[in-house]
Amino acid sequence: MTEMNMLQAINSALDTAMAENERVLCFGEDVGVFGGVFRATSNLQQKYGKARCFNTPLVEQGIIGFANGLAAQGSVPVAEIQFADYIFPAFDQIVNESAKFRYRSGNLFNVGGLTIRAPYGGGIAGGLYHSQSPEAYFAHTPGLKIVVPRNPHQAKGLLLGAIHDPNPTLFFEPKRLYRASVGDVPDEDYRLPLGEAEVIKEGTDITLLGWGAQMEVIQQAVELAEKEGISCEVIDLRTILPWDVETVANSVLKTGRLVVTHEAPLTGGFAGEIAATIQDRCFLYLESPIARVTGMDTPFPLVLEKEHLPNHLKVYEAIRASVEF
Amino acid sequence: MTTTKSKVVYSPVFTDGAEFRIPTFKLLKQDGSLYKSAKAPDLDKEKALRIYRAMITTRILDERMLAAQRQGRLSFYMQCTGEEAAVIGSAAALDDDDMIMAQYREQGALAYRGFTIDEFMNQLFGNEMDYGKGRQMPVHYGSKKLNYMTISSPLATQIPQATGYAYGQKLAGDGHCTITYFGEGAASEGDFHAALNMAAVHRVPVIFLCRNNGYAISTPAAEQFAADGVAPRAYGYKMDVIRVDGNDILAMYQATQEARKLAVEHNRPVLIEAMSYRLAAHSSSDDPSGYRSKDEEAVWREKDPILRMRLWLESKNWWSESDEKQLQETMRREVLETMKRAQKRPPPALETLVTDVYDEVPPMLEEQFKNLKAHIRKHPDAYPKSAEHAKGGA
Repeated sequence: MTEMNMLQAINSALDTAMAENERVLCFGEDVGVFGGVFRATSNLQQKYGKARCFNTPLVEQGIIGFANGLAAQGSVPVAEIQFADYIFPAFDQIVNESAKFRYRSGNLFNVGGLTIRAPYGGGIAGGLYHSQSPEAYFAHTPGLKIVVPRNPHQAKGLLLGAIHDPNPTLFFEPKRLYRASVGDVPDEDYRLPLGEAEVIKEGTDITLLGWGAQMEVIQQAVELAEKEGISCEVIDLRTILPWDVETVANSVLKTGRLVVTHEAPLTGGFAGEIAATIQDRCFLYLESPIARVTGMDTPFPLVLEKEHLPNHLKVYEAIRASVEF
Repeated sequence: MTTTKSKVVYSPVFTDGAEFRIPTFKLLKQDGSLYKSAKAPDLDKEKALRIYRAMITTRILDERMLAAQRQGRLSFYMQCTGEEAAVIGSAAALDDDDMIMAQYREQGALAYRGFTIDEFMNQLFGNEMDYGKGRQMPVHYGSKKLNYMTISSPLATQIPQATGYAYGQKLAGDGHCTITYFGEGAASEGDFHAALNMAAVHRVPVIFLCRNNGYAISTPAAEQFAADGVAPRAYGYKMDVIRVDGNDILAMYQATQEARKLAVEHNRPVLIEAMSYRLAAHSSSDDPSGYRSKDEEAVWREKDPILRMRLWLESKNWWSESDEKQLQETMRREVLETMKRAQKRPPPALETLVTDVYDEVPPMLEEQFKNLKAHIRKHPDAYPKSAEHAKGGA
């Protein structure tokens, strides 16, 4: 065990994967000698050489198209998109190519080795183009897996899980927590399962569900609610696609209430999908409407970022409203 | 049907284009004198000094605002330092009504057009007088009045837009063109290639100005492309191209002047590759010591484009030591005083969260806004920037 922040944990996961399998490659903008603008790939080029860890030209569609070909060839590419906001030039390669490679070829070919890493989310004064949470766009695409870690331990385990998963996986990293979240991380290889939510805390009155940086927000809201005697069950979804319906439904069958929170805008956000599925599975057990606490239906602002974000107070109010319904 | 008119050969002939070496156009030496066979463009004193003042404004603004960022007064900043001649020299060759679609390092063009220090500061501090209403990060300027399209962060997205904007200008027949700026890194994006191809095919009056400044954040040009710079790509699209010493104000001015003629009078799009160097970090969040040497930077510091122009101005007796001193002092004072004022102005009103998303605020946003105001009224201490604004209304 070593105490690490989330960037160090991600670096440790990449180092572990590259040491074990020489077919694992890391590339993207500035990931080479500089180690990426956030330094997640620090020292990897020095350790594994320029053929396995390198700078690409500045072209996201090229990075992912290249990664798709590389993965189809049998390599294990871990491609970095510098900010999740800049993943959209690669949207065609991800949505039409990565996601459909196996299906369209009748499983003759696949790009299962592919992992795409991208920092996502707000809270860093990044404005419109350094703050977005694009998970819902990709969740609409069968064939992909989407993973979001909440702390260093989860980041390493889930990233190694993603790298070893035989499906193309998007790994969205909460950049607000890159340095802020610190914890003990095993030095060796360990893999956390994709597709499984984690019940972080058990409770009886209400279920709170989120992912990534919102888990910290939920934690703060729960502290406020529990002071008032409300018993909260807290679940980290961890994998957005395919998501763990069983764990969430079982929790709501017990508590009868659900609050889902994410940073992305409300309309078309993934909380809507969860709410629809859970009301279908738990309708007769619900004590109040499923609540969504999300970003607003606007682009991500700069100066009024705090107002826009679904913070702990908004989650707390939603808990209160649900319990008092 | 093929469009190729090339001759036929009967054994395999490969070529990598290496025989095409695009020359670099220069006029001015670092000591302010002209090269032997060079002839200065037609640039009168008034315009030359307007250019020089914009260069000094940009340089001082950069120094002061980077310092302000380091002091925590500003969240972020990006400098133009080292590339002033490439940006301002080209902007000065345009008609003030031509459109500028920049990347994010072209504050010099805006300063040349007359954006005031106050206008710069309002955007940098995202206060209630910022034209962008505090929505974008610092340095994302825009001015409708000065024909300067508001900056968007994603790289290269403005390049095909410039082709489209200029095509509209051609249809309007108003004799104007569009210039779009970008770095050599952005020239790798798909948008760049799409933009040049469409411009050449449709004969669009657009000038593509690539600031080849050596680095895309940490990535050196040698890891960005294998070819001899960005300029040769124009050949593939059958487009006019010129490579210019980007630190040479006279060469940049003349090259752009002629490029504008080609664009406006002959509907020929032009690519200009300005060879320069990003003397500063990529942004205030970047540290170049991690990827390049001080010695390398020092070589380029010797080629300072502002000093080069100043020496030229002095050789013509258009500028003196005391003019320089006065301008520097006045400008520094103005920047500092204006910064203090801008910093004190209140943030944009809470409504700006939901306006301009669409032409009118749609019902779902009305609802969300109403709920937000009620929430802020309940927790005013948690939202110091907007608690006052949330007081009124339902």
